[in-house]
Amino acid sequence: MTARPVLQQADITRALTRIAHEILESSRGSGDLVLLGIPTRGVVLAERITRTLNEIEPGSAAWGALDVTMYRDDLSRNPTRTPSPTSIPAGGIDGRTVVLVDDVLYSGRTIRAALDAINDIGRPRVVRLAALVDRGHRELPIRADFVGKNLPSSKDERIFVRLAEVDGGEDEVAIA
Amino acid sequence: MKHLLSTRDLSRDQAIAILDLAEDMAAAQTREVKKLPALRGKTVVNLFFEDSTRTKISFEAAAKRLSADVISFAAKGSSVSKGESLKDTAQTLAAIGADGVVIRHGSSGAPRTLATSGWIDAGIVNAGDGTHEHPTQGLLDAYTMRKRIHGDASRGRALDGVRVAIVGDILHSRVARSNVWLLETLGAEVTLVAPGTLLPVGIDTWPVTTLFDLDEAIAARPDVLMMLRIQSERMNAAFFPNAREYSRQWGLDDERLARLPEGSLVMHPGPMNRGLEISSAAADSARSTVIEQVANGVSIRMAVLFMLLTGGTE
Repeated sequence: MTARPVLQQADITRALTRIAHEILESSRGSGDLVLLGIPTRGVVLAERITRTLNEIEPGSAAWGALDVTMYRDDLSRNPTRTPSPTSIPAGGIDGRTVVLVDDVLYSGRTIRAALDAINDIGRPRVVRLAALVDRGHRELPIRADFVGKNLPSSKDERIFVRLAEVDGGEDEVAIA
Repeated sequence: MKHLLSTRDLSRDQAIAILDLAEDMAAAQTREVKKLPALRGKTVVNLFFEDSTRTKISFEAAAKRLSADVISFAAKGSSVSKGESLKDTAQTLAAIGADGVVIRHGSSGAPRTLATSGWIDAGIVNAGDGTHEHPTQGLLDAYTMRKRIHGDASRGRALDGVRVAIVGDILHSRVARSNVWLLETLGAEVTLVAPGTLLPVGIDTWPVTTLFDLDEAIAARPDVLMMLRIQSERMNAAFFPNAREYSRQWGLDDERLARLPEGSLVMHPGPMNRGLEISSAAADSARSTVIEQVANGVSIRMAVLFMLLTGGTE
C-alpha cells in the first residue's frame, strides 16, 4: 500500500505557526515557556515552534529535549530501545510553563511516561501538550492542548511524519 | 543481547551503543532525582564468589538507580562455604525469581557455564571470572578514554588511532584481556608492557604489540598508560625477583610520570598498590582517571543492566 500524503510542507509550517500563537495566547505572554520535544521528531518540532515564538515575542521561550525511554511501561515487551539525550534549557523547569511537543499523539502512553520524567526533573507551574497530529485511539485519559491536525485513523493504519532536519527532503505527513 | 560474558562477543556497533547509553545514564546521575524507573519490579542478584569492593558496590548502585531490587550475595558466610555447587546456587536463584545475575567467580568460564547450562533463565553479567575477562571494566575504561579524549562530542565515536599501553601483570589480568578485545574492536592500538614471565602463552596471537621495557613504551608517546595491579593473591611462583625490582622496572614512578607526553592519561582499574606499580604522585595527578573510572563504572553498569534486562522477545 502506498502512503497517502495528508499534510504538505506548507500545511505543516502553517500548523506550527498557529500552535505557536495558541501557546502564547494561552500563556498570556508570561515569557517563561519551556518547550520540551520528545525524541526524535518532537525535538525538531519544539525547536521550530520555539523559533516562531521568539520571532513573535523575543525571549519568550526556550526549548529542550525530553527522553522518556526509561519511563515507558512497555520496556519488557518491546525490543530494547536506545534512549536519546535529554537536554533541559538553563534555568530548569521549576515554576515555568512546560509544553510537551510530540509528532503523533496516539495511545497517550508516551505522554504518560513524559509526565513521569518531568516529575524527576522539577516542578513546572503547568504542563501542556502540543502534537502535530492527533490520530485518536487514546488508552489513557490524556488529551492535547494544541493540535496541528486531527487525523481520524484506523488502528491498522500507520502515520509517517517526515521532517527535513531528521529525514531530509521535504516535510510531510502521510498515512498508509 | 541476553548476557554479557566477554568483550569479545561485542560488535563495534554494540560497544558504541553501550558507551552512548552510558552517557545518558551519566546525565541522569547529575540530576537531583538520580533514580530511573526502567527496571522496576526486576530482581538483580550480585553473586560474588571472590572479594570485591568497587565492582560490587558499583553494580549495586547501578541496579538500584534503575529501580531494580538488589540481592547481594557473598560466598563467605553462605552455603557455598558448606560446599554447595554452582548448579545448586543457580537453581536457588532461579527459584527466587532473579531476572539478572551479576557473577564474579575465581574460575575462568563460570559465568558462561551459568549462561549456557539452562540452570537459570536470567541475564548473566560477568563481573570478573578468574583470569579470563571483566567486560564491564573494559567498557568503563573505554568510556573513560573516550570521554577524556573527545569530551562532550564523544557520542557515537570509537577510539580509532588511540594508542594505549597496558603495563604490568598481563598473565593474570582479566582487565587486560577485556580491554585488549574491546580496544581492538574500537580501533585503538594496544601495546602490552610486562616482564616476560607475566605475559601469557600465545600472546603472539593477540592483536597487540608487546614490549618488555616501560621506558621504551613511554618513549613511544602513548595516549593512555594503563597500570595494572600486581595481584599478590595470584603470585604463586617467582614471576619477578622482588617488589622493589618490579617497581623500579615496571612501576610508574614520579620520574616516568614527568616523561609522559602532555595530555596523556594514567589509568588504573584499582585497587592500587601505591608505591609498587604506581606512585602516589601519579595516582593523584590530574592525568589520573582513577576516580573517574569508578564514577563511570556506575553509568556503564546501568547501561549494561538496562540492555540485558529490558526488551522482550523480538
